[in-house]
Amino acid sequence: MRKCLFTLFLLFSSYAVAEVEEHFVRVADPYIEMHTGPGRGYPIFYVIPRGEWVQLLYRKTDWFQVTSEDGKKGWVSAGQLAMTLNPSGKRVDIKDPDEKDFIVRNWEYGVTLGRFGAKLGNFDDGLAIISFYAGYHFTENISNEIIFSQASGSVSSKTLFSLLNIVHEPFPEWKVSPFFTLGTGWIQTKPKSTLGATRDRTDQYANFGLGARMHLTKRFLLRAEYKEYVVFTSRDENEEITEWKLGFGFFF
Amino acid sequence: MEIRLRIFLLSAVLLSTGCSSTAVKPSAGSSDSSSTPSQSVGSEPNPDKEIIQTDPVIQPDVKRREVQESDINTENFEIGAFFGFLSIEDFGTNPVYGFRLNYHVTEDLFLQGSIGQSEAGTTSFERLSGGVVLLSDDERQYTYYNISLGYNLLPGEAFITQNTTYNTALYLIAGAGSTEFAGDDLFTITWGAGYSITANGWLSISLDFRDHLFDLAVTGEDKTTHNFEATIGLNYYF
Repeated sequence: MRKCLFTLFLLFSSYAVAEVEEHFVRVADPYIEMHTGPGRGYPIFYVIPRGEWVQLLYRKTDWFQVTSEDGKKGWVSAGQLAMTLNPSGKRVDIKDPDEKDFIVRNWEYGVTLGRFGAKLGNFDDGLAIISFYAGYHFTENISNEIIFSQASGSVSSKTLFSLLNIVHEPFPEWKVSPFFTLGTGWIQTKPKSTLGATRDRTDQYANFGLGARMHLTKRFLLRAEYKEYVVFTSRDENEEITEWKLGFGFFF
Repeated sequence: MEIRLRIFLLSAVLLSTGCSSTAVKPSAGSSDSSSTPSQSVGSEPNPDKEIIQTDPVIQPDVKRREVQESDINTENFEIGAFFGFLSIEDFGTNPVYGFRLNYHVTEDLFLQGSIGQSEAGTTSFERLSGGVVLLSDDERQYTYYNISLGYNLLPGEAFITQNTTYNTALYLIAGAGSTEFAGDDLFTITWGAGYSITANGWLSISLDFRDHLFDLAVTGEDKTTHNFEATIGLNYYF
């Protein structure tokens, strides 16, 4: 019977340790402030004095939900949490992704808006285009992007899809980093339904372009680019289209 | 409370297996004691203490681990479904439903992707003229997607009762996307405002009012149409 009880005790302790992964840090500043919500405007309802341990629960943007030693639950800013100590006595390492992380990023996702088929200086004659892209960086300089775009105007709407879009970035460490692209894909042109029953057509295209990217803050980047398309139509002449776009992305 | 219950239930299950295994163990223990018969009688009152000293499972300071930023759960994404009404210009008001994904970048800014679906009714011209059909059933299907940037303009708290407080935010949102309607893909600008109530750590309710703008020529003139949408959504943080 005693062995059974002891087994029970063991199970309780081992189960509790295995299940709940707890993270404790110790307050090193004179105090840290607990807010009622994850934002600078939420009122401070409690302060935790120096030397006390706080348990970190989870993070929401730049705020951490914590529990104090006496069970108060609230939100502490990342800035204040960086002033706490790990059990070993070292500062807790909390930092946002910066320039360096941006340069060595692996994945990049984003959305751009622009004009498709417009000449420089006369943006009205093009189609509004929205594009989504996902890029994977093989090296700091070379990446490939998958792009899906939709453009629409008063005469027709177009859907573009590209699996191969090589991007070369010669100076990734520059604040505004230029890049060159070379790609191919398919473009589907769909005449407006009000113009009568003309058939949709799908053609292949190749394009080249140049642009620039800039790290904004944290995981964010700004992106602008110009592209020139050659559409291999079934007619006698190939179609040439220019595209301007501006957008933002984030990286991981 | 729930965790304690789980611990208790799991322990109860494991206990039964644990006890059965300890029932086997004495044979091993007795073989040990038989090899050292001089100790067996004297040490019998405290067999448990020996186990405590040798068993590595109990370590009082095991929870004071080094904290790495990556160890801590982040809850910056929110996924949810919404339902409401969409007023399609000239085509009446109809139910709309869809899904949203939010990515909270900072406490102020978030990115939102939405997809939604509705179905247009008939125009008054179609009803009055009798027999005229502007769109086929297929063309009346209204589907859209958009990517928007939201700004938490007025974050705050709602005091539901004396002891219940929920965090809230009034936000502005604007974005762009595409609408498939009347047989065409239409470039669409979306903007509006919303109000979200975070019920607890992982659930939020949002009320949204949006205007979807696109050019449409189906009704005889090429015009920019305003399509107002009011929805209520339930979102899950992860």
